[in-house]
Amino acid sequence: MTFFASVGRSTIEKIAYVGGLGIQFWKGLRSSYRVNPITGSRLRWRATVEQMAVLGFGAMPVVCLISGATGLIMAFQGGAELRQFGALQFVINLVGVSMTRELGPLMTAIVVIGRSGSSFSAEIGTMVVTEEVDALRSMAIDPIEFLLAPKYVAMMVMMPCLTIAAVTSGILAGGLFTYFTLDMSLGVYLRATLEVLVLRDIISSMIKAIVFGTIIVHVGCFEGFQVAGGPVGVGRSATAAVVKSIFLVVLADLMATAFFYLFWQ
Amino acid sequence: MSETAIHPALRNHLRDGQPPLISVQDLFVQFGDRQVLQGVNLDIYGGETMVILGGSGSGKTTLLRNIMALDRPNSGHVYIKGVDVTTCPAEELSAIRRVMGVSFQSAAMFNSMTVGDNVALPLREHTKLAEPTIRLMTQMKLAQVGLSGVEDLLPSQLSGGMRKRASVARALAMDPEVLIFDEPSAGLDPIIAAGIDELIVHLQEAFKMTIVIVTHEMHSAFLIADRMCMLHRGKIIAVGTKEELQSSTNERVRQFLERRADEPDDESPNFVTGF
Repeated sequence: MTFFASVGRSTIEKIAYVGGLGIQFWKGLRSSYRVNPITGSRLRWRATVEQMAVLGFGAMPVVCLISGATGLIMAFQGGAELRQFGALQFVINLVGVSMTRELGPLMTAIVVIGRSGSSFSAEIGTMVVTEEVDALRSMAIDPIEFLLAPKYVAMMVMMPCLTIAAVTSGILAGGLFTYFTLDMSLGVYLRATLEVLVLRDIISSMIKAIVFGTIIVHVGCFEGFQVAGGPVGVGRSATAAVVKSIFLVVLADLMATAFFYLFWQ
Repeated sequence: MSETAIHPALRNHLRDGQPPLISVQDLFVQFGDRQVLQGVNLDIYGGETMVILGGSGSGKTTLLRNIMALDRPNSGHVYIKGVDVTTCPAEELSAIRRVMGVSFQSAAMFNSMTVGDNVALPLREHTKLAEPTIRLMTQMKLAQVGLSGVEDLLPSQLSGGMRKRASVARALAMDPEVLIFDEPSAGLDPIIAAGIDELIVHLQEAFKMTIVIVTHEMHSAFLIADRMCMLHRGKIIAVGTKEELQSSTNERVRQFLERRADEPDDESPNFVTGF
């Protein structure tokens, strides 16, 4: 009985969590229009630009560095196998396609989760603990609109930009490999890469960037809004935000990849 | 106010022909298995200062959070200016919240903003005033609470008492009809706490606001209150003027007023001897 009760309770908690995320997503979408600089609130727009700088430009160096290293690792690992078959030139296909479709968006998401997802939950969680979120509500200011919407809009703009930077870094790192192993110039390498890539790869990459960005913002903020239990609760929420975001991003990646494999070849 | 303009739920609660500005009716709140509020009824009329007294865990902050519509009760109603804030739509609730100013126990200043930006926030959010006007109004509100020249400081650079005052300035920003204080002197030394009490009295005299204060500081309560109520285990056990409360024969009220500890339970061990 205890086993069934705990399974039931856990299931209800998971459903409530997903339901809460869904409601927050809908409220976030509805309040995002207030961010626009023309008819919306100038305060929200200013906050959005600040968020763009923090989560976008701030993450650019580390995203490029990690994606570049990943591209080079892919080239080395793939090259070691392909050389045995005399097909070393296929490293270009390997790096180009895997960085664009898969590793670019995924590595970007993981860096952004580490930098921003945890910070969203810690920031909002601290505000919950210090009654600042209650103060917003008591002033008739919607916390979703005030705290989440600028982050969401900034993420929707910056996540595709970061992903493009990540893909470019990875591909350029692959070019470094082919330059030293195949004696191939960067121009030839890039032309060969562009021939390999199709529009579907780029569109799927951008769709993944937007989906991953949505997950990171909403899970981070949701965990923050749920904080209870003081500073310990804030720490727990930051950890939970990172773990749950990574899990959901990988799950979404799997679903998106399967979808593109099955329906858009 | 004509009888027909008064909300039907408030018609039996008139005082001098006026309905209460805030009316709490049959409020029940439960957290898990714990019943925090058990059928609370309380009327607060325009222009009066109501102090809600009670020991720790008596439900006073829960009552205040329900009055501010920050929490939803399990059952019962809270009417503010004739609007039931427990059931009204979000737009109406937003309009009601704009006539209320709240000073939280922890001051709840936004630590990432300057004091000036904190006070200006409701004005920037809810009005179309030009920035120079907002800045001027911010300075005025801070001056009203005795804090001039701190606009550019961060809340972390203020003392506890100054932060409390700044939070009152923010609560006053929209010229509210109702001002709510949650434990205004909590964590402050007696001199600073006395200054906050004086500020509350001054605000009431100057602006004739309706003020609701939750506290367990008896000295403050008797200095500030027009009327007081006392909560015990989720129920209001006494409500009336200062004099009426002072002459109450309710044992719990007397114990609270006379600052007497609970009688030791015969079955519980003695904390000093361990027997």
